Amino acid sequence: MSNRSSARIYNPNMECMSRDEIHALQGERLAKTVRLEYENVPMYRKRMQEAGVKPEDIRTLEDLQYLPFTEKTDLRDEFPFGLLAAPRSEIVRIQGSSGTTGKPIVSGYTENDVEVWTEMVARAMAAAGVDENSIVQVAYGYGLFTGGLGAHQGASRVGAMVVPMSSGNTQRQIMMMKELGVTHLCCTPSYCTYLGETVREMGIDPERDLKLQGGCFGAEPWTEGMRQHMEELLHIDALNIYGLTEIAGPGVSFECLEKQGMHVNEDHVIAEIIDPATGKQLPCGQAGELVFTTITKTGMPMIRYRTHDICVLDDRPCACGRTTLRMGRITGRTDDMLVIRGVNVFPSQIETVLVGVNGVAPHYMLVVDRVNSTDTLEVQVEMTEDMFSDTVGHIETLRKTIVDQIKSVVGISANVRLVAPKSIPRSEGKAKRVIDNRKL
Amino acid sequence: MFIKQISVFLENVRGSLCEMTRILGEGSIDLMALSIADTVNFGIVRIVVKGSQTDRAVSVLKGAGYTVRVTNVLCVRVLDRPSGLAKVLGLVDEANISVEYLYSFFRHAGDGALIILRLSDPEKGAKVFAENGILMCSQEEIDAL
Repeated sequence: MSNRSSARIYNPNMECMSRDEIHALQGERLAKTVRLEYENVPMYRKRMQEAGVKPEDIRTLEDLQYLPFTEKTDLRDEFPFGLLAAPRSEIVRIQGSSGTTGKPIVSGYTENDVEVWTEMVARAMAAAGVDENSIVQVAYGYGLFTGGLGAHQGASRVGAMVVPMSSGNTQRQIMMMKELGVTHLCCTPSYCTYLGETVREMGIDPERDLKLQGGCFGAEPWTEGMRQHMEELLHIDALNIYGLTEIAGPGVSFECLEKQGMHVNEDHVIAEIIDPATGKQLPCGQAGELVFTTITKTGMPMIRYRTHDICVLDDRPCACGRTTLRMGRITGRTDDMLVIRGVNVFPSQIETVLVGVNGVAPHYMLVVDRVNSTDTLEVQVEMTEDMFSDTVGHIETLRKTIVDQIKSVVGISANVRLVAPKSIPRSEGKAKRVIDNRKL
Repeated sequence: MFIKQISVFLENVRGSLCEMTRILGEGSIDLMALSIADTVNFGIVRIVVKGSQTDRAVSVLKGAGYTVRVTNVLCVRVLDRPSGLAKVLGLVDEANISVEYLYSFFRHAGDGALIILRLSDPEKGAKVFAENGILMCSQEEIDAL
């Protein structure tokens, strides 16, 4: 397959070092990052002082375990610029995502950080077979969300022709894909499936009518079953790409054509697996919470950022020639975050909206499903006396307000269904707020 | 001049209305008027009972877990003949008042039909009716039916 022959290692110097060389480089860069944080970011200085750690104590990779963790709530509390390690004048980009309770979180990038991010995505593109002869259709959303711009920058870096479609308008996506002879697609796996199914419904034969070879798919959890389905639908190599705004965006890790886990860009980030309960590091091969430390960023570096994603790391060399750690698929979360149509959703965000509309939180339940390859969210809200009225108009207005507020706070459209009091099951202890019917 | 109406929230699922009327029946509550406003997902059932039973009906419903609201509505006597209702609604319209909803009693009062009205401005509506000789029933008159 032409895709396989054009796949290459973008930066062999950094992607094929020995494990010892990688560890030495990481230790050196970690020490620099820790000093940068200590000297410029009050929160990190305070946390390190509380933990009794000084920058000079951190010399090698082994010293990482003594450093305090960073949580998503820290980004919310320090919103928007409290965690910047560089002067405001050096920040050239803001990207963001929704936070846990309605307030967004943002990350500031220096020119260096945009460069680091671009390099990471470029490696993912090269691994997927993208080169200067490729035409890359980016169907991730463009904007604060890192998907669109991240893929765009990485594909441009390897010299591909980029088609910046952004998300939505499926008919037009397919028309461009066909007419331009697009070779690689970048979008969420669920949108890829939808595109593939639509292509088939339109009577287009991907092997005969399209030039698609592969693509990088991420921003939401998916499975080997979905990969097989996508590959059959569009006749492509579907590769997984992982990332998060807090660390850089997509490209933190990526799959090669071996499809045996995602290579972590270890010269830019350190990946650890910890026991979420004790915070202790776990050895490779054991499942636990994924934690990242950035070691080349200067705008908003992160020390031991807890992703709350659960996965396994593998440090064995890959048949592709890369020696970097590989991440298995994300198999779960240590918190209640949901990924719906590529958007991170916390039940607490919905609760914030409901409190805002009603004054108090009624009982509610989020029901997530996947219909025609698209995620759906239904928010069931128990009717309370405060919300109730004798006219349909008032209740419909209230329902619409909740829908609009969810759209504005969380960024996705939800169906709000008002249900009878006590109809949502009560659980002893921690309330169960989510029913996820998606078959993942 | 106003009478009390009880509104109940029901999900639009089979059997929910049956269950509610069964609970009222077991509580010996006598329904005198009933209407339903329904949407795809939910419905609002509005009922009128004797004044002496209103509090008990509310507590029976709440005890069974329903969301309930008591609202003041107007009840007017309309001649049970063509254009009887049109005349009353004409007055409401001329006074720039909107009708949120209306429904009729199960029982008659002499030769008059009894219409329950929820108006956008109930006080103004009552004044217009009084000035134009439209008879309104008090809670006591309803209770005597």
